[in-house]
Amino acid sequence: MLKIIHMNVNGKEVELAVDIRESLADTLRDRLGLTSVKKGCGVGECGACTVLVDGTSVDSCIYLTVWAEGKRVLTVEGLRSGDGGLTPIQQAFIDEAAVQCGFCTPGLIMTAVELSGTGKTYTRDELRRLISGHLCRCTGYENILNAFEKIFGKNPKT
Amino acid sequence: MEIGKNRRRVDAWAKVTGTAKYTADLYPANCLTAKVIRSTIANGRVVSMDVREALKVPGVVKIVTCFDVPDIQFPTPGHPWSVEKSHQDIADRKLLNERVRVYGDDIGAVIAEDELAAEKAARLVRVTYETYEPLLSVEAAMAPEASRIHEEKPGNIVASSGFKIGEGDFDRLKEDGGLIYVSGTYTTQSVQHCHLEVPVSFAYMEAGRIVVVTSTQIPHIVRRVISQALGMDMGKIRVIKPYVGGGFGNKQDVLYEPLNAFLATLVGGRPVKIELSREETLGCTRVRHAITFKLEGLADKEGNLIARRFTGYSNQGGYASHAHAIMANAANIFKQLYQDKGVLESKSYTVYTNIPTGGAMRGYGIPQGDFGTEAFIEDMAWAVGMDPLEFRLKNCMKAGYKDPHLGIACYSYGLKDCMEKGRAYIHWDEKREAYAHQTGPVRRGVGMAIFCYKTGVHPISLETASCRMILNQDGSMQLQMGAAEIGQGADTVFTQMAAESTGISAEKIHIQTFQDTDVSPFDTGAYASRQTYVSGKAIRKTGLLFKSKILAYASEKLHIPGDGMDIRDDAVVDKESGDILLTLGALAEEAFYSLDHSVHITAEATSHCKDNTFATGACFVELEVDIPVGKIKIRDIINVHDSGRLINPKLAEAQVHGGMSMGLGYALGEKLIIDDQGRPRNADLLDYKMPTAMDTPDLHAAFVEIADETGPYGNKALGEPPAIPVAPAVRNALLHATGIHFNALPLDPQTLVERFMKEGLIETEGTAYV
Repeated sequence: MLKIIHMNVNGKEVELAVDIRESLADTLRDRLGLTSVKKGCGVGECGACTVLVDGTSVDSCIYLTVWAEGKRVLTVEGLRSGDGGLTPIQQAFIDEAAVQCGFCTPGLIMTAVELSGTGKTYTRDELRRLISGHLCRCTGYENILNAFEKIFGKNPKT
Repeated sequence: MEIGKNRRRVDAWAKVTGTAKYTADLYPANCLTAKVIRSTIANGRVVSMDVREALKVPGVVKIVTCFDVPDIQFPTPGHPWSVEKSHQDIADRKLLNERVRVYGDDIGAVIAEDELAAEKAARLVRVTYETYEPLLSVEAAMAPEASRIHEEKPGNIVASSGFKIGEGDFDRLKEDGGLIYVSGTYTTQSVQHCHLEVPVSFAYMEAGRIVVVTSTQIPHIVRRVISQALGMDMGKIRVIKPYVGGGFGNKQDVLYEPLNAFLATLVGGRPVKIELSREETLGCTRVRHAITFKLEGLADKEGNLIARRFTGYSNQGGYASHAHAIMANAANIFKQLYQDKGVLESKSYTVYTNIPTGGAMRGYGIPQGDFGTEAFIEDMAWAVGMDPLEFRLKNCMKAGYKDPHLGIACYSYGLKDCMEKGRAYIHWDEKREAYAHQTGPVRRGVGMAIFCYKTGVHPISLETASCRMILNQDGSMQLQMGAAEIGQGADTVFTQMAAESTGISAEKIHIQTFQDTDVSPFDTGAYASRQTYVSGKAIRKTGLLFKSKILAYASEKLHIPGDGMDIRDDAVVDKESGDILLTLGALAEEAFYSLDHSVHITAEATSHCKDNTFATGACFVELEVDIPVGKIKIRDIINVHDSGRLINPKLAEAQVHGGMSMGLGYALGEKLIIDDQGRPRNADLLDYKMPTAMDTPDLHAAFVEIADETGPYGNKALGEPPAIPVAPAVRNALLHATGIHFNALPLDPQTLVERFMKEGLIETEGTAYV
């Protein structure tokens, strides 16, 4: 059964007919072409599909699209400024060699965007906990934590 | 100088902006979905499949069963094809199998308009089986009464091999007495790659040809295997590899591309996709082989290694895949890493069973072999009463070592320097002493392990790689490689290498990351730790050719002999003075559009690599074990690598981190649990414990940088090695902390607590923390 829903995706109001069983990850990928939203497990284990819903990170693969009615959804595509510039965390990922295969990267960046909304700084151990919902097999998290620490760290590495 | 520069990844921007396209991001709009129908037994035969109910599900287009596929058996491993029949891979499966050999075996496929319909229909197919007892262990499969998993292999032995080095006889040396005898059985578990992107592909037909877009490490090999599986001309098959979300060896196997291609042919060439679930990925693709090592050794009182005997049993699972190549590799490190003054006897078996199929996984048998080798060497040092680092220094592979069978040599050698660097970092001598006599519930230990690793696969298999450089109208370059970027950073180091050998700046080199077998030159792909070495040689060769062609054109235009000129910073310069004679932009414009002499300057070369060299290294660990709860905390860990000259130190370090993390998972918790029916019980990322950020300590990487004369830029293996020495180093640190020899992986809390109770380290009936 299809249902019409309204949400704001990356700053743009959208009206869509979606299957009531549909996950937000599938809606964003298949109906809106926002393929930064990666699917690594489909059941909320890996964090690759993380997006922000009203500023809070969610695993969009286990978040029904119908729940997003009237909400604001943000994906990595929504971070792009008009001049193609990068956010500080995206730049930090590049500079700290925190990107390898890149499949976990967009989800982690969205968690970083969520943290930037708090205006707080964090210790490395706090950051470990905050990103523990994101699985990465390439990096051992070392450079990802370095990138996070560069932006949000209490005692950033020089 | 580009070599040695910390250049940022060429694909980083695309990846942080989410614009990098992976296979599933490219599905055509009208794509059908296929779901594999999987067996619910591990050993037996499909007698019949009733698809009538399944066909009634709205949206189902077609159902194919194991009775409908071509009667062709094909091999799946990503090896270069061998023109010698005796070296060809084992062709032991069909597109769909009537004879079931693993739980979840591919017995049919549903093609539907959407995933839900496909999934629902797959569940409605009624299958009747003839069921046999699942053979889960090597012992069960080798027993005389065992059923034959593959008709062609009586006794279920896929292959066996053996060798002897040195004169004399192990048993005689043992009987002669006077030597310290050590023996033990060491076992490793099945683990899974857990690349974040699942195996995924889609296939369609175009003017009588099949196009397969797939997440693979080996696009050119995928093309060959599809051709073999379908009995179709290779020229009619086109394979495209987009960005890949990790592979670690699982995508060095041709898993579902042939079936996907076949399914597309059944629906008039309409696109069909196969995207595995995470559960299918963990339970039904490949694992790292569980191997059992029965090891014996003799040493004298001075700590000289006199003789060893190695017997290895590799649990292959249901299909041959990479088969005995992995077991043989594990036997090789036992031989290569230490030399016995007397004799080494070695025998290995790879045995079909009904557990999930073993294949390539980062290190190709060496993580297992190094666990056996380095746990055993530690135990020998323990028995001799010698510091294990000193025992290693005394007996390990020396500079100039050459493998007596393969001829692979240490053309550069940094093993002992790695050990010394690690020793200093971890404060080995002080801590070995400080932690020697501990009591109480929480204890600390330091441990280490070393390894050696051959860079490519020569001379066991062919090593060949090709490269193409194309001049653009603005003097920039298109770089086309057959070698694959799968996340490791290959495209970035290839770009740096191309810049180094042509004088064109890295910013003006545009590498094609999507391999397309219609366009990309031939290379066997991303496996072993070969690409920077083998494919790097192709870049160097092509670069020199490209440069000479550009200079020849410049010479023609400028009337200056070519050998008096060079290319630096995107310009043709006077070799002596460095003065700019002509920018490459101006030269290219002339070459493209000249009314006198128009030529598209391109260069292409194949490097048939007949070299191979050992990379080495060491891991040092300091840990703390909480005995009552069996929990290990890594206090400090460092990997020190002798990988030749580093092309990009920052990316090299990142590669080491990832391998260390994978090694820690292998050491501390990862295990695919198989029940008594051969069913994987934890085939999901909740129950299969790959490390999270909270499980991973800070990871330290260091290098001993010695240029290797055989490497194209002084480089040698780095991709797989970081994952190798971690597990035995952790095991050896635990031995130091507790005095208990744990000989099986993983070292998870359950295992530790049970053993500590048995050994009296945990209070039971009045015994406490002795």
